[in-house]
Amino acid sequence: MPATWKAPETMPVTDAPKIVTRRLTRDRSWTLESYLADGGYEGLRRALTMTPQAIHDSVNTANILGRGGAGFEAGRKWGMLRQASPVYLTINGDESEPATFKDHALIEGDPHQLIEGAAICAYVIGAAQVFIFVRGEFPLAIERLQAALNEAYAHGAVGDRIFGSDFSVDVVVHPGAGAYICGEETALLESLEGKRGYPRIKPPFFPAVMGLYGAPTIVNNVETVSNLPWVVLNGGDDFAALGDGRSKGTKLLALAGHVKRPGNYELEWAKVTFRDLIFDPRLGGGIRDDNNLKAIIPGGVSSPWIGPEHLDVSLSNEAIAGIGSMAGSGSVIPMDHTTCMVRAAWRIVRFFHRESCGQCTPCREGGGWLEKVLERIEAGRGREADLDLLMDICDNISPGVTWPPAQTTICVLGPSMPPSVAAGMKMFKDEYLAHIRDGRCPFPPDRLPRRLARV
Amino acid sequence: MSDVTNEVPVKLTKRPLVTESAVGTAPPDPARGGEPIKITIDGRQVEAQPGQWIIDAADDAGVYIPRFCYHPRMKPVGMCRMCLVEVEGPRGPTLMPACYNTVSDGMVVHTKSEKATKAQEGVLEFLLVNHPLDCPVCDKGGECPLQDQTLAYGPGESRFVEEKRHWEKPMPISDLVYLDRERCIQCGRCVRFADEVAGDPLIDFAERGDKTEVAIFPDQPYASYFSGNVVQICPVGALTAKPYRFKARPWDLQQVESTCTNCAVGCRTAVQASQDEVTRLIGVDSDPVNWGWLCDKGRFSFPTKTSDDRLSVPLIRDGDELVEASWGQALSRAAAGLAAAKQSGGGSSIGVIGGARLPNEDAYVWSKMARMVLGTDSIDAQIGDGVPAATLLGLPRATIDQAASAPLVITVGPDIKDELPVLYIRLRHAVREQGLQIVELTSARTGLSKYAAETALYRPGELASLAAAVTAPGSVTGEVAGVPLATIEAIRAHVERSGQRNSPGAPSIVVILGRPSLAESEDQVAAAARILAGLPGVAFLSGLRRSNVNGALDFGLSPGVLPGRVALDEGRAWYEYHWGAPLPEGRGLDTAGILDAAARGRIGALVLLGADPMADFPDSHVALKGLSGSRFTVAIDTHLNESVRRADVVLPAAAWAERRGTFTNIEGRITWLSQLVVEHGVSWPDWMIAAELSARLGVNLAFTRLEDIWQEIERVSPLHHGVPYDVFAGIRSRDGVVVPAAPDQVSRPQLPRPLDPMADPGIASAELHKVAPTALIVTTPDYAPEAGSVDPAVHVSYPEPPESGATGEEVPDVPAFLGLPPVPVPGEAATASDGLRLVSRRTLWDAGTHVRSASSLTALAPEAEVRVHPTVLAELGAADGEKVAVRSTRGTLTLPARGDATVPAGVAVLPWNVPGGRAGDLIDSTATVTTVTLETPGGDA
Repeated sequence: MPATWKAPETMPVTDAPKIVTRRLTRDRSWTLESYLADGGYEGLRRALTMTPQAIHDSVNTANILGRGGAGFEAGRKWGMLRQASPVYLTINGDESEPATFKDHALIEGDPHQLIEGAAICAYVIGAAQVFIFVRGEFPLAIERLQAALNEAYAHGAVGDRIFGSDFSVDVVVHPGAGAYICGEETALLESLEGKRGYPRIKPPFFPAVMGLYGAPTIVNNVETVSNLPWVVLNGGDDFAALGDGRSKGTKLLALAGHVKRPGNYELEWAKVTFRDLIFDPRLGGGIRDDNNLKAIIPGGVSSPWIGPEHLDVSLSNEAIAGIGSMAGSGSVIPMDHTTCMVRAAWRIVRFFHRESCGQCTPCREGGGWLEKVLERIEAGRGREADLDLLMDICDNISPGVTWPPAQTTICVLGPSMPPSVAAGMKMFKDEYLAHIRDGRCPFPPDRLPRRLARV
Repeated sequence: MSDVTNEVPVKLTKRPLVTESAVGTAPPDPARGGEPIKITIDGRQVEAQPGQWIIDAADDAGVYIPRFCYHPRMKPVGMCRMCLVEVEGPRGPTLMPACYNTVSDGMVVHTKSEKATKAQEGVLEFLLVNHPLDCPVCDKGGECPLQDQTLAYGPGESRFVEEKRHWEKPMPISDLVYLDRERCIQCGRCVRFADEVAGDPLIDFAERGDKTEVAIFPDQPYASYFSGNVVQICPVGALTAKPYRFKARPWDLQQVESTCTNCAVGCRTAVQASQDEVTRLIGVDSDPVNWGWLCDKGRFSFPTKTSDDRLSVPLIRDGDELVEASWGQALSRAAAGLAAAKQSGGGSSIGVIGGARLPNEDAYVWSKMARMVLGTDSIDAQIGDGVPAATLLGLPRATIDQAASAPLVITVGPDIKDELPVLYIRLRHAVREQGLQIVELTSARTGLSKYAAETALYRPGELASLAAAVTAPGSVTGEVAGVPLATIEAIRAHVERSGQRNSPGAPSIVVILGRPSLAESEDQVAAAARILAGLPGVAFLSGLRRSNVNGALDFGLSPGVLPGRVALDEGRAWYEYHWGAPLPEGRGLDTAGILDAAARGRIGALVLLGADPMADFPDSHVALKGLSGSRFTVAIDTHLNESVRRADVVLPAAAWAERRGTFTNIEGRITWLSQLVVEHGVSWPDWMIAAELSARLGVNLAFTRLEDIWQEIERVSPLHHGVPYDVFAGIRSRDGVVVPAAPDQVSRPQLPRPLDPMADPGIASAELHKVAPTALIVTTPDYAPEAGSVDPAVHVSYPEPPESGATGEEVPDVPAFLGLPPVPVPGEAATASDGLRLVSRRTLWDAGTHVRSASSLTALAPEAEVRVHPTVLAELGAADGEKVAVRSTRGTLTLPARGDATVPAGVAVLPWNVPGGRAGDLIDSTATVTTVTLETPGGDA
């Protein structure tokens, strides 16, 4: 067990305070002792003296956008809750997409902050039961979260009549069973119910209307609720003073790919550009081996790629949406000039197809088909007709291959496949043609990052 | 008054929020009802019902939207994405699945727009990506929704050039069903059926992406009573049934629509034959009855029609042997035996046992012939294993729909899952979706107990006292019949509550009445029924299970009851007038009485009318003595069985699908039985045998066609008055008519629910091949015995029956229906005794002809074992599964004993008529309840 795991250092470019990661560099940051030494559970104590509505108002003022990828205002989500009993709170910690690791760091490094945020959220929405669904492949995170939860119970921060108040809440840590799709909130609920992780059909569109066991349920991301203790202590206005436009506060960005210093960086939202993140020596530190930047996957592998011409775009939800892509959950993956874009698309499609739950025909079959065609082109057995075919398969999965995507499927996993194919086809069509013309991939064999190669 | 109930919280069976299998988390049902709304489909404005799915509204408007996973009897899941249509919305036209989006006022739907067509083609191309194109060797080829919809909605050709996925094919998932995963298109119909409809969630999806497969759990086959339905609804050839695999091609099949007569539910079915042999049954969706489902026994037992033990020619006794004979010889011998018995002992020395197998017309003819020609009222379609006819026929009756929509159902009778399987499906659905509450009065848990609000496990033999306790508030202060006071009060609370929740005109309580155990006397059931009949707003649904037994009783195949639910004395004048002959003096004997009289030498002739008392009468000791004591026995049957082997004359009867007729189900619903194949061997319909025997006994019944019989029935039976034969013809006969029928029910019968060709594929393909489901019912060859087969020696004369009113005498008043029977003295309740009280019930798979003689079903019958509470085994010092001797006053069986904590401590449960041990050898039919003792095989425990 790597007990000496050390969180990647974080540093803001602006002078904004770190909200969710400031404790990660503390010694044994995951323990109650360390947490209390840094004002831990003060937010919850404060919250219990406030009315739920007051906190809700404050969260509305803060305009906390959901940090899971869709960017839906947390306060607005809570407001949709159909008042009934029981109400459940579910925390989505099933962070499974390639190159995302921000929630992983938060759970492993500061589990008490998550528990405190969850308790505050439960207090606001009136939930007596919280489920924290953590990706099964995070054994250390699960271990530390469970240990922290035990400490929190002993400390009186969760359980019966917490901190002597009239409010009681139980928290359960639920390890996932290894399916990416369980990060989709309705599939997560199915999985919690003990069933195969199938996204539910919509309507009803929101678990707040019909969620876990048919009861109204709020599903929030780990990072989203981790913000709550700070917001309660410092007020929604202070939070809203950070960031710009709709993108308020700070954002934990997971920088991966071909940079010198990959890692998690908490930055004031909307105040930093891709250029800052990738090239600032305190952040990404530039492209590996000082290679040329070829393209950026700006918001997780389901987002359409953007070219280097967009380096000066701000890392805010609105700005990235403005250039036809999305900020998603905050995973930024620059790719350098040694990257084969056919292979990149193939690996992304392969991931999504293999994680397809298998419900909807376009995703299940279309994804498999895309994977096979891309693999064939990459292996040098492509045909020119395949280019139109690929685009048409994409079109049948996501009509129009537009952004944001239209869909023919229950959830957005299927429509997550076309963007990388479409972007590659638009930006690097000559590469596809080269594969077909030469009958082989023009790039050297895929290089595993050295860190992984050592494992 | 109601202070007791106020204190007892009513424990309600809640609608489960989660299903057990992967798929099935459907959205909550939208609110339905209200004023129709207007929507536009493909440019045409049509009316739709609020809350309707778009796909249903389009169906109603005659616009077909392609589909695979959608099934009208299951909740939508939106998996296949085939039904994508373009809907104009506030944010522009959007593609959405028609199967789980509801219509709204003013909605504009395009099913054939460029965008919708592209999406539909795309989905079809995707579905074909991994689908092997092995149609030429696929059983589904020719009736395949994937084939049909590819032709209609798919692209001309596939652009897929990669390797398809491969799997071992096919693999058995149960004794009856094979799965070919390569052909599967993952629509989830089977998975959803198993969980949502049948409650056996034993198949589910495994793996992900295009490796997604339907799978069973390791070491656990898909053993379900309803597994054949998943084959029926599979939209490709992925699921095939063992009895039909490679037997026929759809375009070679002849088809008729008929009713399954395996049990008494009356499921509608399409019967299909190839080369004059029945090859397949498909459930037909009859809205009031089976919703398209069949149980596996109904679906797969048809091979018994041509099994080795099927009777094909008449047999007559020659010493110890039965030898083949001509109809003439056999009929003469039979007539002579009957005539001799009548001459020496009078009509009352003749007994007729059986008749449940007979269609209505035949039951009527036999009922008339027994009384008018044989001169006996000792005729009983029940083999001592039912409920006294006079009790059941006098009770107010309910339909299945009424039971399902009632607030409360009380079951007094068999394990419905085993004996009336599709009724179980309907009740289960009603509990889960319609808010039905079920209270069971039973001695051992049943397949329905899981869904019951209360299961009162009473001590066998004390049913009547329990019934009295639950109907009389505050009358008891302690346990009754072993049922704790709390349970009785809870049941009382349910009864009270049902009164507050009923809708006007509908029964608020429906009692399903049958025989809870063959080791418990029917007097207890009759008494309990009469007591329960005192509940306010109560109506009864028959739980009698054997084939057309309910029709047989309605047509008077029961002592003291004449056709039309009329008592013998009440209807005497009426029937003597119409039949032109005196009726027997007094009430005759039931089966137990006939067998007992035969054992005492008082039966001169016994007619086994499709009856096997050795297998079906609860007490095989009595049955054997009775059969041995009868001086002359005629058996009219389809199969050779233990009782038939003892007969002097055996007459082969035409079986189901070999002849036309009508059938009466548990509700009193009459539907049409079609002929599809010719009679096996030289067998005859039962009514014709009656007519020929009568002729040889000197009476011309003057029936030459079924139509003649029904004409008379309509004229004389008060129950069937005003129901002309032609209401059973054609498509309108699907849902039949419940008798007694109100005039508007007959004159304006509702058209049945239209069949969805993609929901029940095999039926549609036959329709496409221009064989309408009911096309064959109008043409049936006329049956006439050959001229030479009439024996002049016995043939005396054919007097014409009197014309109505022609004799000048006054027409008697129409007799009244049987009323509620008098409150009976409930026999003597069983008293405490040593030993265990025996409970014996039927199981779906047993040693009966329809399982034993159908090769694919035989192995499904469980071996006999006695189930007792584990403490009983512990006291005995026997291990679980160890063989023990089960001893009663009648005999001893040595069987494995199984500990089962759900069995009450003083009870032993032994299935009826299964291989390895016949419960009838233990049961004493004269006792209120049979008690047994268990001993270790050593003997002296």
